[in-house]
Amino acid sequence: FQGYLDHEQFNQLEELQDDANPNFVEEVVTLYYRDSARLVHSIEQALEKSPIDFNKLDSYMHQFRGSSSSIGAKKVKAECSLFREYCRAGNGEGCMRTFQQVKKEYTALRKKLETFFQLARQAGPVDRARRPK
Amino acid sequence: MNPGNGRGVVSSVSSRVSRKSSETVPDQFPVGLRVMVVDDDPTCLMILEKMLRTCKYEVKRCSRAEEALSILRGNSNGYDVVISDVHMPDMDGFKLLEQVGLEMDLPVIMMSADDSKSVVMKGVTHGACDYLIKPVRIEALKNIWQHVVRKRKNEWKEVEQQSGSADDGQPKQSEDGDYSSSVNEGSWRNSKRRKDDDEDGEDRDDTSTLKKPRVVWSVELHQQFVGAVNQLGIDKAVPKKILELMNVPGLTRENVASHLQKYRLYLRRLSGVSQHQNNLGSPFMNPQDPGYGPLSTLNGIDLQTLAATGQLPAQSLANLQAAGLGRAAIAPKSRIPIPVVDQRNLFSFENPKLTFGDTQQQPQHLNNGGKQINLLHGIPTNMEPKQLVNLHHQGNSIPAVQSVQSVHNGSYQPQSRVQQPMGNYNPVSHTSPMINFPLSSIYPLPNNPAKGGFPEDVTSEMKGSTPGFVPSYDIFNELNHQQKVHDWELQNVGLTFNATQQANNSIDVVGTSIVGSPHQAFPSSSQGSGLSRNASVVHANNNNNAISMGQHHMSNNNFYHENNPVRVKLETPLFPEQFGQDDLMSALLKQQQGGIVPAENDFDFDGYSIDNIPV
Repeated sequence: FQGYLDHEQFNQLEELQDDANPNFVEEVVTLYYRDSARLVHSIEQALEKSPIDFNKLDSYMHQFRGSSSSIGAKKVKAECSLFREYCRAGNGEGCMRTFQQVKKEYTALRKKLETFFQLARQAGPVDRARRPK
Repeated sequence: MNPGNGRGVVSSVSSRVSRKSSETVPDQFPVGLRVMVVDDDPTCLMILEKMLRTCKYEVKRCSRAEEALSILRGNSNGYDVVISDVHMPDMDGFKLLEQVGLEMDLPVIMMSADDSKSVVMKGVTHGACDYLIKPVRIEALKNIWQHVVRKRKNEWKEVEQQSGSADDGQPKQSEDGDYSSSVNEGSWRNSKRRKDDDEDGEDRDDTSTLKKPRVVWSVELHQQFVGAVNQLGIDKAVPKKILELMNVPGLTRENVASHLQKYRLYLRRLSGVSQHQNNLGSPFMNPQDPGYGPLSTLNGIDLQTLAATGQLPAQSLANLQAAGLGRAAIAPKSRIPIPVVDQRNLFSFENPKLTFGDTQQQPQHLNNGGKQINLLHGIPTNMEPKQLVNLHHQGNSIPAVQSVQSVHNGSYQPQSRVQQPMGNYNPVSHTSPMINFPLSSIYPLPNNPAKGGFPEDVTSEMKGSTPGFVPSYDIFNELNHQQKVHDWELQNVGLTFNATQQANNSIDVVGTSIVGSPHQAFPSSSQGSGLSRNASVVHANNNNNAISMGQHHMSNNNFYHENNPVRVKLETPLFPEQFGQDDLMSALLKQQQGGIVPAENDFDFDGYSIDNIPV
């Protein structure tokens, strides 16, 4: 997880988890992936268009970046920022390349989180499952 | 365990006085604070809601701004604070901010993953109480109650001041004291109420029992209010008279006064945008003496308002302006360049610009689109110099005005990328010369009564000039208005970059600009939108005022806005960073000033304009 997650932020989420919401973190993450899948799809579509509408792309990416940062997805967020740079520069190639990276990080993180939650469930509700570092 | 929470999120049912049902919790404050959170991102919304609940607040979440607005309207006293995202698909966060502030007078906190200065500035100019950067931390949310308290306190004070009665003051004073302390106790609401009761003196119609310090401005009520204001004329629209005209039982003068303030700002913003072009200078511009008396700003407002409401024929406005300014009646096209800026002052400029010259401009639309804010909100500096140039070209005569608008628009909208993305900018294309204004918008435009009668007063709105312009906008408004009107004129003149002295106005805006408050970014603008140029310069504190595009010399500008007679100091790159917007403004102003400007800003707005636009 190291590097993938902004622990501070993730911690915040974990702190929010309590008896009333024992699976809060997992719920949030699930929601994030579900919602962002939609964004990813929109971005892909926008990238395929020609000419590329950079404004729209930028706006999607802004949203995506915001979401990602709220769950602490550090790497994803970083790639998003890079993507936006290319966007602003009107660099379609750069955008596409970067987006591949974004997707890569995004998927990798998802896997890690899935594993994490599995472990957490196994470990039981006691504390927070230790994050595999 | 929330004591008193039984009410559920919408505590409208419970007596207003205590959100929490009075009996509980006076000490529990801020527990039970009623928060409305708006964000299109479901992940964020979920997290925020959880965090807020953890802080023991009551939360209502919405993913759409429209939904939030209708809920708030339906339950005027049901919420204490609103937290909203900046970027939302159905409505711009700033627009929501404006609406809420205008209608419900609730503290609004903006948030965004975007932490660029321009956006934050925009939040400030639009009256946001605070701005949070995402991802939001729970610690940041823990303290939001302070904004609620602060606002209440200010409201009371404001009311007191407005009533102007000594006797009221006294009881109030004590009340205030009580109030503050009560806050601690948690029973602040109650104390407020008490205050009200005590006060009821003077023209308080407290029939409604001051319990509710806040009046809900329903659409009808607002219409009545607008009608009254229009009838009286923006200049003469004083709370007392409005109250009389409205004849609504239970409505106090203070309510009207505070609403009027907001309304003025709002109008300013609007006028710039879509209003007819005529508006250009009209509302703000008060044909009155270029001296911009404080009235001018007001007048400007009226016009704008009227224009905005469409009630005033643009032409009349234009005529007004023309008359006032001495300029030829501007073709209706001139949209009210007025600095619409309401609070933002800056923004207003944009509007005015729009109309200027380019009929096409739509800039008004642009601006209007959202809320005037387009105008320059934030930092006009973005005005892309290009736009200014456009303005400039456009009509030399009006260009000033127009350009101003566009300029403003351009400038302010850092985001809008000069051209308008913001909508405000539109004008830019046209007359670019006006660009100067944008800056001014930010600065309360020292009202350069610039000759042209630059109706644009727009920027003068800059109220911001004064520290914390937002709250002070009433003051500014006046000042701005006055100035604006003048400034615009001047601006126009100046704006047209043409260096042609068009600006005859020699708007000193630059100088006058807000020097005083350069910090504020707007504060300078207070100078009067007119000066926008100057103001911008001033305003540009950051940017340097390079905007002095043309030589604005807005001689008239001298006014600078109310607060800061700062003479154009703005030029001084107060905000060196601001560069983007400010620069433009400063550049504009500089130009205008022709020399007055501290010249810091050398009109290099070209440099910034586009780059600055922080999207």
